[in-house]
Amino acid sequence: MKNKLLVAPSPHIHSGNSTKQLMHGVLIALLPALVVSIIFFGWASLYVTAVAVASCVFFEWFIQKFMLKRPISIMDSSAILTGVLLSFNLPATVPVWLVILGSLFAIGVAKMSYGGLGSNVFNPALAGRVFLLISFPVLMTTYPIPEANVMNVETKAFQCETNILSLDAVTGATPLAEARAIVAQGGELNTNMNLVTVKNMLLGVKGGSHGEVAVLALLLGFAYMLYKKIISWHIPVTILLTMFAFSGIIYFFDTAHYLHPLFHILTGGAMLGAIFMATDYVTSPMTHLGMIIYAVMIGVITILIRTWGGYPEGMSFAILLMNAATPLLNKVKPVKFGNKK
Amino acid sequence: MLKRFKKGGIHPHDNKITRAKAIEVMPLPKVAVISMAQHIGAPASPVVKRGDIVKVGQLIGQAKGFISANIHSSVSGTVKSVGDAVNSMGLLVPSVTITVDGDEWLETIDRSEEIVEKFDLSPKEIVSIVASTGIVGLGGATFPSNVKHSIPEGKTAKALVVNGVECEPYLTADHRLMLEHGREIVVAIKIICHAIGVEKAYIGIENNKLDAIESMTKASADTPIIEVVPLRVQYPQGSEKQLIEATMGAEVPSGALPIQVGAVVQNIGTMYAIYQAVQKHKPLFERVVTVTGKSVSEPKNLLTRVGSPVNDMIEYCGGVPEGTAKVIDGGPMMGRSMANLSGVINKGSSGILMMPETETPANDASSCIRCGKCVQVCPMGLEPYLLNVLADKRNFEECIEHSAMDCIECGSCSFTCPAHIRLLDNIRIAKREVGKILRNRK
Repeated sequence: MKNKLLVAPSPHIHSGNSTKQLMHGVLIALLPALVVSIIFFGWASLYVTAVAVASCVFFEWFIQKFMLKRPISIMDSSAILTGVLLSFNLPATVPVWLVILGSLFAIGVAKMSYGGLGSNVFNPALAGRVFLLISFPVLMTTYPIPEANVMNVETKAFQCETNILSLDAVTGATPLAEARAIVAQGGELNTNMNLVTVKNMLLGVKGGSHGEVAVLALLLGFAYMLYKKIISWHIPVTILLTMFAFSGIIYFFDTAHYLHPLFHILTGGAMLGAIFMATDYVTSPMTHLGMIIYAVMIGVITILIRTWGGYPEGMSFAILLMNAATPLLNKVKPVKFGNKK
Repeated sequence: MLKRFKKGGIHPHDNKITRAKAIEVMPLPKVAVISMAQHIGAPASPVVKRGDIVKVGQLIGQAKGFISANIHSSVSGTVKSVGDAVNSMGLLVPSVTITVDGDEWLETIDRSEEIVEKFDLSPKEIVSIVASTGIVGLGGATFPSNVKHSIPEGKTAKALVVNGVECEPYLTADHRLMLEHGREIVVAIKIICHAIGVEKAYIGIENNKLDAIESMTKASADTPIIEVVPLRVQYPQGSEKQLIEATMGAEVPSGALPIQVGAVVQNIGTMYAIYQAVQKHKPLFERVVTVTGKSVSEPKNLLTRVGSPVNDMIEYCGGVPEGTAKVIDGGPMMGRSMANLSGVINKGSSGILMMPETETPANDASSCIRCGKCVQVCPMGLEPYLLNVLADKRNFEECIEHSAMDCIECGSCSFTCPAHIRLLDNIRIAKREVGKILRNRK
């Protein structure tokens, strides 16, 4: 006994936190959205997710084992999370080879080539998505209609005639893309969103990537992560508030050609991006003030792209751009104790 | 809403197993090894030689220099040797070893239970008694108390802050003192307020010790200068600067001492020792030590003579439990792990904590995931992840810019890191090197 005492510097206890636990926490927070997605899109969405997860984990293992010849770190579950997040950013109907290709880019290029977890500059899942979006724009923007499973076809057709913006009627494109098409053709936006539409936006009965549609389910995940202290409120809340405020100002000046602010934060990748993509530890700033600057910029850039840019959806680009600015934002120091005059 | 310090902080499980155990008197050791270096500053020089007969409370080590402290014998008997002895860290320290014979105290020490309320001393006299009785901060830092009570010229003290926080998990020595000797502590507060010329004293106690808050409120009911401040539990609230912020609302500037904002901080154990020194003429030679651990069969709060072997105390509490991996001198956040159990209790030993390996894991560090949790928990507003990287690169010049010297070594960063990176280890190295650079610049 006497010769077996461990001698180590303090502290002698640990919170019990681990990287793996945090990753699992985020995965649990993503479950409600996955469930909703399966209800709306059928097993196709689960299939896409499973393929993405399997290929992300495989590529990480393969690259570490045979190319880098480093210790294998797939047990930390970060590759699983990348897979799930990547798949959430894809339409439920994409071909399998596209999912695998996206995973290879996410893990191989965006993560491992920088040195693996903790060293990557860009959010791997988003990098994978944007790579696919730019390379295969048609495949990536053909969305199935969620309500095909839950609503009958006649109602849909009826609404299609009466109200072009009614979300239930959108086929083949997202509400954001549809709105943009209307403005491009010189039409005016019907901005009186009725209650059903808002309800559907919250529930996720609208076109979009399979994990981004279910706003309420994503918010549930956010609440869980806040409760478990996995992330703080700063990034998601600031992004959504900025988007709301900025698009609100634009909307105020021209209600006919610009979208209602509520529409902006409830559609597209806003929720998924703000809650799950922008909060990626590795690629977001360390201090609260840094986080707020980062989040405000994401909100502003998203609205700029959505309103005047070349794409209907700007969240992914905005987050990737601010990922690149994160090392700079880490120069924003926390307020030190004892500097108060 | 209860007060607390604002920035950072963590919430480790408090594990105060011994909170309900009344203070017991630890039996006398057979041999006491009394270190001459039980305080920050220069070791005392021994004033006894081999073969001398000493009594309890007799001066055996004379303070050397301004920052130093007198050492008194904790036992009566014969001096066996004067020279270096191995302490519990495995280091050699100058010590006086005494073979115990009976328990004969100096006649001047008042051993009665009666509480002496009245005092008629000048501030100078009080400070000199605190100095001559060898009182040092008993919270663990062991800074000589008389130095704290000598207010530097040009500065004025505004308030005495008494630290009843005991934010280290497991430890309950101060908690028990507040319950059992509240009145004596109140008398000591009056004495020190007089000594430093202030008319306000705060006692900060966290709300995981409601009974202590009640006890001290009752004991100080007739003393309007004392304000008991209940605090919301948050580690490291017992750190001097954090406690001043929580109680007085003042931030001690970076690099400055508490007196800069007019605060003098003393912990509960020290206040009790001051009471005994001033009112009972008893030098500091014993203290309350919490012997604890989840698998310890009889955890206790023991009133122990300084120089008692750690081994004896553990045996008295049921022995070392099966599977113990670490024995810690102090609490689990800032205590030091012992290299051997034949060392002794010093003035600064607040606890002996035994932990199995499962409770004190040494997991391999994985890569930093830049979660920023270390930045969020740092009570000093530093960036531990950055200091860690800079220290790894041995870029100590840059550590100065990032305020490495402000680190109070509370361990919150290492505690919280999900990648199990031992941030504080590296920051300590940075502090040592930065200290060298700064000294060379002078």
